[in-house]
Amino acid sequence: MKLYIYIIIMALVTYLIRMIPFALVRKKIRSKFIQSFLYYIPYSVLSAMTIPAIFYSTSGKISAAAGFITAVLLSLKNRSLITVALLSCAAAFAADLIVSFI
Amino acid sequence: MNFNLTTPRQGLKDGLPIGLGYLSVSFTFGLMAVSNGLTVMQAVLISMTNLTSAGQFAGLAIISASGSFAEMALTQLIINIRYALMSLSLSQKLDSSFSIPHRLLSSFGITDEIFAVCASKDGMINCRYMYSLILIPFLGWTLGTLTGACAGEILPPRIKAALGIAIYGMFIAIIIPPAKKSRSVMFVISGAAILSCLLKYLTPVSDGFSVIICAVAVSAAAALLAPVNTEDKDSEVV
Repeated sequence: MKLYIYIIIMALVTYLIRMIPFALVRKKIRSKFIQSFLYYIPYSVLSAMTIPAIFYSTSGKISAAAGFITAVLLSLKNRSLITVALLSCAAAFAADLIVSFI
Repeated sequence: MNFNLTTPRQGLKDGLPIGLGYLSVSFTFGLMAVSNGLTVMQAVLISMTNLTSAGQFAGLAIISASGSFAEMALTQLIINIRYALMSLSLSQKLDSSFSIPHRLLSSFGITDEIFAVCASKDGMINCRYMYSLILIPFLGWTLGTLTGACAGEILPPRIKAALGIAIYGMFIAIIIPPAKKSRSVMFVISGAAILSCLLKYLTPVSDGFSVIICAVAVSAAAALLAPVNTEDKDSEVV
């Protein structure tokens, strides 16, 4: 039973965080500062979530670095999201294999 | 492919890579949940009601340590508060199809990736697009948890480890192309990355909280130094 209370708390808190701003903010925000702030939010959030976490996302730093560099290079060439995601996995996998043979 | 379409069909297309990416993460979650003593059904129930990675892993840690309910609520709040920023940001991009009931329902599906894709659309989005975008990731998240919990380790560990980078590869593919075109976006990305490293290695701030600090501090600095006119900039909103 206790477990289901945990699950309800998790679900409820997470939902309210998402729902409240979404349901309550119905007007266009006029302030130029807040507009700009919200414009930059996606970039800062995604960047902070990626770095340094990406370097802990595989079995080791070298494979993660290989995946990271691959992702950056392909993104600079404007490749699609799925291409970048899969090829960075492939690079991480290959680097991990190579390291294990050395 | 016209990335800017917001038809339901395009929503399914945009959701597919996210759903695939979710399979591996939720598979890991399913595995961990069962190895922490939860049943398959409980693991799937958590995934279907939470639809978030960091929060679920943290929740699992609290459950297995028999933490208090208050600790659970506070941890979820801190780890997931970034969704409030994303949700606020997206609230500015919703067209008139988003009535209150649609807002109540669709907000459930705001994840990092769903947010990133919605934010990458030029102009407004409609609710049919958002629902179709959420569908496949939701199914992928549920299915991955189910298979992870049921089947144990299907994939060799080496492949599983390499899949962990997929989500981050996708984030990089989202933020780099616009940064090539705009110096202020470049500033935001580098600033957030540097600050995130400083917080991680020099302070005891938790990862979830660190993302919030970086997002608020760097976006506010950029908004002061390089304010944008969103009406003109619609064509290059992330």
